[in-house]
Amino acid sequence: MFSNPDLQKLLFGRLTLDAVPLHEPILLITFVMVGIGGVAVLGALTYFRLWGILWRDWFTSVDHKKIGIMYIVLALVMLLRGFADALMMRAQQAMAFGPNEGYLPPHHYDQIFTAHGVIMIFFVAMPLVTGLMNFVVPLQIGARDVAFPFLNNFSFWMTVAGAVTVMASLFVGEFARTGWLAYPPLSGPAMSPGVGVDYYIWALQIAGIGTLLSGINLIATIVKMRAPGMTMMKMPVFTWTSLCTNILIVAAFPILTAVLALLSLDRYVGTHFFSNDLGGNPMMYVNLVWIWGHPEVYILILPAFGVFSEIVSTFSSKRLFGYASMVYATVVITILSYLVWLHHFFTMGSGASVNSFFGITTMIISIPTGAKIFNWLFTMYKGRIRFEVPMLWTIGFMVTFVIGGMTGVLLAVPPADFVLHNSLFLIAHFHNVIIGGVLFGMLAGITYWFPKAFGFKLDPFWGKMSFWFWLTGFWVAFMPLYVLGLMGVTRRVQHFDDPSLQIWFVIAAFGALLILCGIASFIITLVVSVIRRDQLRDTTGDPWGGRTLEWATSSPPPDYNFAFTPVIHDHDAWWDMKKRGYARPLQGFKPIHMPKNTAAGLILGVLSIIFAFAMIWYIWWLAAFSFAAIAVVAIGHTFNYNRDFYIPADEVVRTEAQRTALLAEHV
Amino acid sequence: MSAATKAGHDDHGHAHGHADAGSHGSFKDYMTGFVLSVILTAIPFILVMSNVIGNNQITGIVIMGFAVAQIVVHMIYFLHMNTKSEGGWTILALIFTLTLVIITLAGSLWVMYHLNTNMMPMHMHTR
Repeated sequence: MFSNPDLQKLLFGRLTLDAVPLHEPILLITFVMVGIGGVAVLGALTYFRLWGILWRDWFTSVDHKKIGIMYIVLALVMLLRGFADALMMRAQQAMAFGPNEGYLPPHHYDQIFTAHGVIMIFFVAMPLVTGLMNFVVPLQIGARDVAFPFLNNFSFWMTVAGAVTVMASLFVGEFARTGWLAYPPLSGPAMSPGVGVDYYIWALQIAGIGTLLSGINLIATIVKMRAPGMTMMKMPVFTWTSLCTNILIVAAFPILTAVLALLSLDRYVGTHFFSNDLGGNPMMYVNLVWIWGHPEVYILILPAFGVFSEIVSTFSSKRLFGYASMVYATVVITILSYLVWLHHFFTMGSGASVNSFFGITTMIISIPTGAKIFNWLFTMYKGRIRFEVPMLWTIGFMVTFVIGGMTGVLLAVPPADFVLHNSLFLIAHFHNVIIGGVLFGMLAGITYWFPKAFGFKLDPFWGKMSFWFWLTGFWVAFMPLYVLGLMGVTRRVQHFDDPSLQIWFVIAAFGALLILCGIASFIITLVVSVIRRDQLRDTTGDPWGGRTLEWATSSPPPDYNFAFTPVIHDHDAWWDMKKRGYARPLQGFKPIHMPKNTAAGLILGVLSIIFAFAMIWYIWWLAAFSFAAIAVVAIGHTFNYNRDFYIPADEVVRTEAQRTALLAEHV
Repeated sequence: MSAATKAGHDDHGHAHGHADAGSHGSFKDYMTGFVLSVILTAIPFILVMSNVIGNNQITGIVIMGFAVAQIVVHMIYFLHMNTKSEGGWTILALIFTLTLVIITLAGSLWVMYHLNTNMMPMHMHTR
């Protein structure tokens, strides 16, 4: 391109036209598909004149409800990408036996399993969890927004920036080939000189800022902004689990940030933190990354436990059994989750004392988790259970998660772990708890709170289709992996020699297809529900006979959530209000103080993508420039004093009168 | 109540509607903190510059001791932490943080020193 190689290096770093992988047919097809899809979406947005609405009402919004919904949309989009990776892996492993090399060369296969793990954890599970917490928590505690509304918008856009960075690796350059935690020395400069690990590092660092800030935000919200009368022990269980999850986020994510920063120093400036030379030690990376990584597991599962607690008591029409024990179990899990990290590397070589300590702490953590399962069962006992879709997910979870929990306790026994470490048994175990726990929980939560967010329920028929496909698909896809793991098959293998194993991989691939049907059914659910929204309309704001405060307001809630802040007397606040014959206040409305929209978060997100891209490709001038721009925009935003406004009282009166009319119409 | 809380947050710079907001400290507090910090920084410098103790390892441990004292000074005089501010949440958060830091540091040291216990004996330099 340039005759002067020095000039080209100065301008473009190590980025050349060869970095765009046009020679790989699979990627080329992906490019074309993404291109067509992208043009279609952009065209539709322009044709239906949605850009203004998108910008004003969503992208720049600081409303916690909209940010929550945007997080979930991001997660669902990334789920499609992560699941496409999963299908490709299942297909490869089902065919690559003996003389058949499959269709994915190792170089590509390794990127796919890395991308699958990274995307599913950081850009599917985390945004689902954060999104649900963002939407639900302020409503459950009777607040009008989170503590720091702008920060919330900024966190969201940083998460998006991380996701965009990962996606960019598909089209420019390559992704890491190291597995989702990028252990050195494989992820070090000697073994991975390319851009893959740098994409990994910067995507996670940027998204990590968003995660950390939203953690701080939600802790401040829960601690400082609860409605009067809502003491800690009157908080809904979902709010409790959110609080514990966010405490874990704030305590754990800085460790990931630090360890990735050390890895980047190794890669960028030639330090030796994680090499075998000059006093470095790669095991220190493994140690540190799991001090973050184990709490991360609980960051994901605790909100799911909260969702199930809400759903079980709502659909059993009963108070949650053992509220206090539920809270204590959550807190105990929060602390214990910091005492188990070594069980991820029993085989590292430590002695009996270390291994047995961490083995025992791991087994202990199953006790509070077991207590929760019993609490849910006792809540259902003698309840009048309604088997609506969220309840189906919950029961599917209980059956599936218990199996995953038990294989987890099995893996906690160090001698057993020596046999099963890094085998497909482990893969089956963590998919068992993450799909059966986190994902079922989040899909249950989406189904449960969807009417609150949009004013109509999701179509139950397609919801049930989705549930049954997911459930059977999960079992068919992962039980073979338990079997293979017990036979000693290790993870991340691109080709097998022993043809007797093939049948199990074929069954697993069939299971993945069933899950594909589950995902398709979920998308159909959304489409069908939008079409049938008038039949599915929720006029009461309380479609399920709910118990907690979010069901006290209309569906969808007004911008200000509650015209008057409710006063809480019991932990099932709304149930208590209904029982005491609560009457909605119809007059005396006052202007409501609200935060104003701002584009600063989005601009910072875009600048972060540019910065990450420049750092990945060694384009130093652009990195310096974009970093300076980030600082200028961030500091500039602090001088924006025009950041709040009042919703005038007559607008509140109008909104509330509409709701009064709607309620009267449908009594 | 919520509106009042929100107003309190938005006007954080110039108005404090909260009864439970932490104290902002007096000039004297800041000066005490500053002087203590200077002293606690100067002593380790002297220890290293003029090699008072004569043993690098002991010097290192003593400096770490001063660093911990420095952290405490910062928390009391600059972050205005005490057992009562924010209804006890500050001290609770501190205890939780300390617990986790101790678990992380002690655990990592323990784990890293145990690294090679089950490795095959080899004649290579172990650290």
